[in-house]
Amino acid sequence: MLNIENISKTFNPGTVNEKQALKGLSLNVEKGDFISIIGANGAGKSTLFNAIAGTFLTDEGRILLDGEDITLTPEHIRAKTIGRLFQDPLKGTAPDMSIEENLSLAAGSGGWLSRISKREKAMLRERVALLNMGLEDRMDSPVGLLSGGQRQALTLMMATINPPKLLLLDEHTAALDPETSAKVMELTEKTARENHLTCLVITHNMHAALTQGNRTLMMDDGNIILDIKGDERNGMTVDDLLLMFRTKSGHVLDNDRMLLTDDAN
Amino acid sequence: MIPLIQTALELGLISSLTVLALFLSYSMLNVCDLSTDGCFTLGACVGAVVAISGHPYLSIIAAMLAGVISGFVTAFLQTKMGVDSLLAGIIMNTALYSVNIGIMGGSSLLNMNKTETVFSKVQSVTDNFGEFEVNKLVIATAAVIAVAAFLYLFLKTRIGLAIRATGNNPEMVRSSSINPVMTTIVGLCVSNSFTALSGCLLAQSQKSVNIDIGSGMVTIALASLLIGQTFIRSRRMGLKIAGTILGAFIFRLVYTVALRFNMPAYMLKLVSSVIVIFAISGPYLKSKYPEFARRLEKRKC
Repeated sequence: MLNIENISKTFNPGTVNEKQALKGLSLNVEKGDFISIIGANGAGKSTLFNAIAGTFLTDEGRILLDGEDITLTPEHIRAKTIGRLFQDPLKGTAPDMSIEENLSLAAGSGGWLSRISKREKAMLRERVALLNMGLEDRMDSPVGLLSGGQRQALTLMMATINPPKLLLLDEHTAALDPETSAKVMELTEKTARENHLTCLVITHNMHAALTQGNRTLMMDDGNIILDIKGDERNGMTVDDLLLMFRTKSGHVLDNDRMLLTDDAN
Repeated sequence: MIPLIQTALELGLISSLTVLALFLSYSMLNVCDLSTDGCFTLGACVGAVVAISGHPYLSIIAAMLAGVISGFVTAFLQTKMGVDSLLAGIIMNTALYSVNIGIMGGSSLLNMNKTETVFSKVQSVTDNFGEFEVNKLVIATAAVIAVAAFLYLFLKTRIGLAIRATGNNPEMVRSSSINPVMTTIVGLCVSNSFTALSGCLLAQSQKSVNIDIGSGMVTIALASLLIGQTFIRSRRMGLKIAGTILGAFIFRLVYTVALRFNMPAYMLKLVSSVIVIFAISGPYLKSKYPEFARRLEKRKC
C-alpha cells in the first residue's frame, strides 16, 4: 500500500555540511504490515519518516500511498492519512490546551465555525476512558500538566482517532520509563490490531525489532541494507542480526544505546 | 474627578479593542504583530474618509474591512513569502504610512468637526441623560462588548482552537491535518479588523485624524495586555478576555491620574514602554536571580 521508489534527499547541498541522508531508497509496504526499523544514528531512519510524512520534499523519486502519488502533497494534507508519533512526548500535543480541546482538534469533526458538541464531548470522554489512566476525569485540564507517558498515550489516540492508512512511530516510547514504555507499546499494538493499521516503527531495541510485528528492516548510510521477514525472521537471534549487519555493511554497528539494550525485555 | 474617570473609561474602552486584537495575535497566535500602529491609523483614516463622505455607519464596516486586508497582507508576507514575522509587521507599518496619507487625499490631517459620526448619530438619543455626555461611553461599551463576545465564541470554535494550537505547537496543528498558514492568516485578519475598528472609533470620538494617531499603539496595547494579565491569572477564556479589557482601563486610568499630577502628556509612550519592559523582563530577571545571588555571595567571600 506504500510504495517508495528510489527516493533521495541531500541536506545543505553544495556546502561543507552537505549530507546525503537518503540514497535511492526503495521500499514496498503491504497493507497490515507492522515493520520494525533499526539502524545506527544517522542511518536515515527519521529522514525516511520525514520524507513519508512530507516534512520535506524528496529531491528524487516517488512516494505512492494506496496507488496515489503523494510525492508533492503538503504535510498537513498527508496527515489526513498518515499518523505520526515522535520520541519527544511534547511534540504531539498543545500544552496550554485541554485534553478535550486537543482531541477535538485531532478528531476534526464538524465545520470550522462549530463548537465542541455535547455528543462529541461524551464520545471523547469515552475514548479517553479506554486508556485506563484516569484522564477521563481531567478532560478540562491542560495537557501540559500530564506526565510524558500520559501525553504520549494521548498523542497516540489523537493520531489514530480517525484511523490513518499508515502510522509512523519514531521511537515513541524511548523517552519513557520502562514500565510506561511497555504500557504505551502495548497500547500501540492493540490500537494497530483493532484498526488494522499499517505501521512503521523505529526502535533501538534489537530484540523487539525481531519479535514485534512481521518484518524487520535495517538501515545504514541512507539506505535499507536488510529486509527480513517470514521464516528467515522467525528463527533469528540478535547475534545473527548483528552478524548479518557486519557482513552486509562492512562495519560494526556503532549505536551504543542499541547494543546496550539488545538483550533487554 | 468624574469627568476624569469618564475620559479614562472612554479612551480605555476604545483602546481595549486594540488590546483585544493583540490578545488574539500575541497571546493566542504567538505572533507579535508590529503592523498594529499602521493598521490602527489605517482604520482611523478609512473611517474618517467614509464618514466625511456622509456614511457614518458604513465607516465602521469599511475600517474593519481595511483592517482585514492589512492583516491578510502581513500574514501572507510571513507565511507564504518567507519574510520574518517581525520584519513583515515593520514593513507593513512603513508601507501603510504612505497608504494612509494617500487615503486622506495627500494630507496628513483630516478634520471631522462638522462631520456626522457614529457618536454624533447617537448623541441625539442620549441627550436626555443630563449634563454628562454619555454617547461616547455607550458606543465604546457596545463595541467592546460585541468584540469581546465575538472573541469568546470565536476561540471556542474549531478554527479558534486551531488558532490557539498554532500559537502553542504548530507541529501538532500540521499533524492534525490543519494548515498553520491558514490559521495564521485567519487570526491576523480578525485581529487587525479589531485594531482598525479601534482606530476608527478613536478618530471619530476626537473628531479628527492625523497620521500619527496610531504611533506607539502596539506598545501601549501590549502594556495594557500585560497589566491585565497580572491582575487576572485564570485559565478560563472569559476571564482572560475580561482581564484584557480591565488592563486597558487600568492603564488609561493610571495615565489620566498621572496627567492630573502634572505629568506632561508626551510621557505616555515612555511610560508604556517602561511598563512593557518591566512586564516582560520581570519574570526573566526573577528566574535569573538565584544565579546572580550565588555569584554575589562568591564575590563576598
